[in-house]
Amino acid sequence: MKICRSRFLPAILAVMLCAMAMRAQDVASFEKRITVKKLPNGLTLLIMERPEAPVFSFYTYVSAGSAQEVSGITGLAHMFEHMAFKGTDKIGTTNYLAEKAALAKVEKTYAAYLAARLQLSEKSGVPDEAELAPLEKAWKDAIEEADQFIVPEQYSEIIESEGGVGLNASTSWDNTDYFCSFPQNRLELWAYLESERFLHPVMREFYKERDVVYEERRMRTDSSAQGRLIEQFLGAAFIAHPYGHPVLGWPSDLRAFSATDAINFFHKYYVPANMVVTIVGDVKAATALPMLEKYFGRLPASPPPEPLRTREPEQNALREVVLHEQSQPFYVEGYHRPDIYSPDDAVFDVLSDLLSKGRTSRLYRSLVRDKQIAIAAEGGSFPGGKYPNLFYFFALPAAGRSATDMAGPVHDEIEKLKTTDVSDEELQSVKTRAKADLIRGLAENPGLALQLGQYQALYGDWRELFRQIDHIDKVSKADIRRVAKATFSPENRTVATIETRKSETKKNESGEGK
Amino acid sequence: MKFTGKISISLLAFMLSLSATAQTKNDAAPQQPRTAGVAPFWQQVPVPPLHAFHPQEPRRVALPNGMVIFLQEDHELPLIDGTIRIRGGRRDEPAEKTGMTAIYSEAWRTGGTKSKSGDELDDFLETRAALVETGANADSTTLGWSSLKGDFDATFAVVLDLLQHPEFRQDKIDLARHQISSAIARRNDNVGSIVQREAVKLAYGGNNPYARTPEYSTVNAVTRDDLIAWHKRTVISGNMIVGIAGDFDSAAMESELREAFAALPQGAPLPAPQVAFQPAAPGIYFVEKDDVNQSDISLLDLGIERRNPDYYALEVMNEVFGGGFSSRLVLNLRTRMGLAYSVFGSVGASYDHPGIVRIGIGTKSGSTGAALEGLRKQVDDMKQRGVTADELKRAKDAILNSFIFTVDSRGKVLAERLSYEFYGYPPDFLERYRAGIEKVTAADVDRVAKKYLHPEQFAILVVGNKKDFDRDLSTFGKVTTVDVSIKGNPGGAE
Repeated sequence: MKICRSRFLPAILAVMLCAMAMRAQDVASFEKRITVKKLPNGLTLLIMERPEAPVFSFYTYVSAGSAQEVSGITGLAHMFEHMAFKGTDKIGTTNYLAEKAALAKVEKTYAAYLAARLQLSEKSGVPDEAELAPLEKAWKDAIEEADQFIVPEQYSEIIESEGGVGLNASTSWDNTDYFCSFPQNRLELWAYLESERFLHPVMREFYKERDVVYEERRMRTDSSAQGRLIEQFLGAAFIAHPYGHPVLGWPSDLRAFSATDAINFFHKYYVPANMVVTIVGDVKAATALPMLEKYFGRLPASPPPEPLRTREPEQNALREVVLHEQSQPFYVEGYHRPDIYSPDDAVFDVLSDLLSKGRTSRLYRSLVRDKQIAIAAEGGSFPGGKYPNLFYFFALPAAGRSATDMAGPVHDEIEKLKTTDVSDEELQSVKTRAKADLIRGLAENPGLALQLGQYQALYGDWRELFRQIDHIDKVSKADIRRVAKATFSPENRTVATIETRKSETKKNESGEGK
Repeated sequence: MKFTGKISISLLAFMLSLSATAQTKNDAAPQQPRTAGVAPFWQQVPVPPLHAFHPQEPRRVALPNGMVIFLQEDHELPLIDGTIRIRGGRRDEPAEKTGMTAIYSEAWRTGGTKSKSGDELDDFLETRAALVETGANADSTTLGWSSLKGDFDATFAVVLDLLQHPEFRQDKIDLARHQISSAIARRNDNVGSIVQREAVKLAYGGNNPYARTPEYSTVNAVTRDDLIAWHKRTVISGNMIVGIAGDFDSAAMESELREAFAALPQGAPLPAPQVAFQPAAPGIYFVEKDDVNQSDISLLDLGIERRNPDYYALEVMNEVFGGGFSSRLVLNLRTRMGLAYSVFGSVGASYDHPGIVRIGIGTKSGSTGAALEGLRKQVDDMKQRGVTADELKRAKDAILNSFIFTVDSRGKVLAERLSYEFYGYPPDFLERYRAGIEKVTAADVDRVAKKYLHPEQFAILVVGNKKDFDRDLSTFGKVTTVDVSIKGNPGGAE
């Protein structure tokens, strides 16, 4: 980056040249340090050599999320993510053969119990506990029997005592990912553990973990006004596509789906062709690759799942959801936009930056700084990207302002995008920031692994991470007006708001001190 | 294991992203050779010695005017980031003006300088993709910046201008006040923010300067003169520590900074305030929230300072007790009983004042009593039955094997050194930490568990929906209802 001689050039121009020169250098230097290999079973391995310190981070991307769920199994992609920490046929058990038989019995008794429960509830609306009780007992007894073979949390325990940090995973509508960082000398141990959990997953403690996941739902959604709002917002915006159901699943499905459902989901979607494993850190590709191939090559090849059939139909009427909550107001509206593979994707990136990024962003300046009617406001894409998605606007009203006070000023900003060209300076500023942000995102192993892995998985080429800058550079003022006009129409809009109501129970009866 | 909505930027912040585990310290212990044989396969995988590694220490420069600067060269990316930490923060503001440093740290940046308004600074910086931001902590305020290497001079000029010629324009003070008042209005909207606030009050005492929260009246009492006086009092050479990292030449940067900071007003560091810590009386402290189906329970007490020689044994105990997915709390209450998604607990340690003992769980309303009972049983077990040899080994391995992650980037090494300088800790504190952990024995852990876990002293905070509880809270002790109502109006006094 020594070619950056900004002091001899006008400032703005210099920034542009610098950023672009650096980017070019970085792509070149990344090319030298990145190795991508697609294994015969279809799994993609990506290694980036970054020997800054004797550590590495990995990021496993599985191209399956809650968009792959159908009615009855919503929440299952996320549930499986939890189950991927339960061990294997060798880890987490004292006697796998006996445990396997016991787990089969758990499934058999659960199927009988569930069938009866669902039948009863279809007939009468409420199941009769007395009729169900023996079936439920048989199931619970079977669980108890299976539990005796468990070594709980052994998989996590190995990782933690071997120095793994940041052990976690996440599930979204589009994908499920797994990540952690290790000291560099644990590479082979990690390769064993990571491949093994997708080679021999065992659905032990499934129904207890389902309770844990239900608690997660209570925390994030049921007990949070904003969580409830987002669930309703997406449900209203998507009437056909699975982006409309929550990643955490509907309560009824969370109480119904089985370990058998989870393993079926796994077999269908966790095929090697659907997975990208990325490693960034103190790793030599030449020596690591044969070892990694040995472990990850064990995953059996299987045909990739059938692509999703359902597409969201065009929205032709305004939709509105109002929640009356014991909470200060909240305003969000969304418009259907195309997926990330659309040629206009970069235009939406520019729109998002223009509206939301930093202290000069339009929504901040208008709603927060000048009108002072909101304490935060932004716009962006949500909830996914692989499939046609939403572009949302949200605002947190300032004290004394209602949610509906936000609509006018938000729509004024939208009208401005449709009718008036952005200034050269503003557009240039957006482009400069995109470049600087790209560079800022390259500083740490976990973030690098995540970005490279996601771009490799979504576009089939990690270089797209850098190419997005080129796409943004090509966005014109006319593009912004065209896309704004095509997207932000009232009939394509879904609005969701929280309006404040008082608590029903009398609060703070005694009111004594803290 | 969490679920992410992947909503960009701040919308996410409103969706409570809570991780189930608190990640702890960490390292590079001498490697034990592994023996093959009957051991399970994962124990047969070879683990070679860790590559040799010597973290790059930043260069420390003490200026004649008392300012201390740390320079950390890092040429990987063409960026230069810096931060100035200034002694004096929330704990130093008058109780009747609680929120003053929050307003100060916002209006310092948005209020601009004598020659440029804050809005003009925004434009100037954003076209360069540069950032200059101010912030406030309990014990300090900060002025930080980040820019592409080529924009360092332009960005740093803004930093110096803000240090020397801040204007605190009244309209931006009013805007900051308006924002904080709006945040006050929202502070009971979700369980997490209620717990975060009330837990500290119970552990430290409601009037403790670390626990006080702004009210409309205290925010309204803050004037522009207060901010100017605060700036004059704190922004003096001996009261500031600077850290800078990135793509520069240390010698050239040092001379540039020496020259730039020589002009600052001189003066000695602000003394640390005398602070009283008065944990709440033992008992149940209840906040009713009737629009939730999950209770949040916290057992609270006063923790320790890191200087305490028992710190290392407590770190190991914390790892065994609540440190990760394989810790006792997670294993017993989450994995075995399915009572919670979020469960954690530790004896907290801070640099210059006692941390907080906080043991918490989120559970459905109908298992509130069972979960509270479960937490208490885990505390009793930790205290009465101590650790097993196997638990001790795993906990020490976890801390020592992951120790490398405290020094795996130059930025982290710099941040650690800045903290030690700020709090007067020895510069090799990290090495001492590792050595301290290595020496911890089972007897040490058992001793500190008995010494620092006091179930009879816990203030127990419960936030939840009483009508669905499985047990009456009074069966656990005296119940005090906490008044969380917000007094007064955003615009006026109480």
